[in-house]
Amino acid sequence: MNTIIVNGNTMDWEDGITVRTLLGKMNYSFPMLIVKINGTLIRKEEYDLTLIPVGANVAIIHLISGG
Amino acid sequence: MIDPFFAGHDPQLRQIWQAATIGIAGAGGLGSNIAISLTRAGIGKLVIADFDVVRLTNLNRQQFFRDQVGMPKIAALAQNLSRISQHTLLEPHNIRITPDNLDALFRRCDILIEAFDLADQKQMLIEAWQSRYPDRPIIAASGVAGFGNNNALRQIQSGNLYLLGDGVSELTPGISPIAPKVAAIANMQANLCLELLVNCRDVWPKRPSENHQGVVKETQEDK
Repeated sequence: MNTIIVNGNTMDWEDGITVRTLLGKMNYSFPMLIVKINGTLIRKEEYDLTLIPVGANVAIIHLISGG
Repeated sequence: MIDPFFAGHDPQLRQIWQAATIGIAGAGGLGSNIAISLTRAGIGKLVIADFDVVRLTNLNRQQFFRDQVGMPKIAALAQNLSRISQHTLLEPHNIRITPDNLDALFRRCDILIEAFDLADQKQMLIEAWQSRYPDRPIIAASGVAGFGNNNALRQIQSGNLYLLGDGVSELTPGISPIAPKVAAIANMQANLCLELLVNCRDVWPKRPSENHQGVVKETQEDK
């Protein structure tokens, strides 16, 4: 089974999965996120086009207002 | 003869921290507290940018005083820092930070500390800094609302991005962050900054930063 790691948890990988589809699958509706694939920052303009490679380590960090 | 301000500082650490230039993006509840702690720790130079003025509603958590209401935050902070120490050179900018002026403001900084209020601004800053300077740390905060639950305060890291806070507490509309927690997280950011400067001093490439040791000395002689 092909997998990816998202915030430390193993998930199934699908052919053609983008950052946007992953966020949708995980019900991440928070407007402000930082996304990294294998340590590389993915800017929010790139969510729709960025394909997640099989075996990737994905970090999704939620940013909250306040300070 | 060592200045009495540094008498209780570790001489080796003092050298490392005096040679550092740290950027602080924002001078509110996080930034005003971070600036004071880094000044007391003896950081050589702080570059701080904020476009706001001090309001009465800020005084429940930000390091300003009643007689400073109406002043630009940057000017009020400069006043307060100069009352603490003359060993930290301050480069204040009364300006809104955007991706377009990020380089001009912070390119000489070894580390950038994110001290904004709004999540979209935090995201803008983190994305812009990490795209331009992937080899330099950025220390951000997320989840500063509320009080109590000390054990929930934590640090998460992804490469050169560090986030301090509880990671979950959303602001209630109309309610500010509360002084102890926002100051605690600000000081966790400052604490990590000092740690990274010590741990990474040998591996970072040399910055194009000016030798501000000399500038600090001139300031002392001016007094």
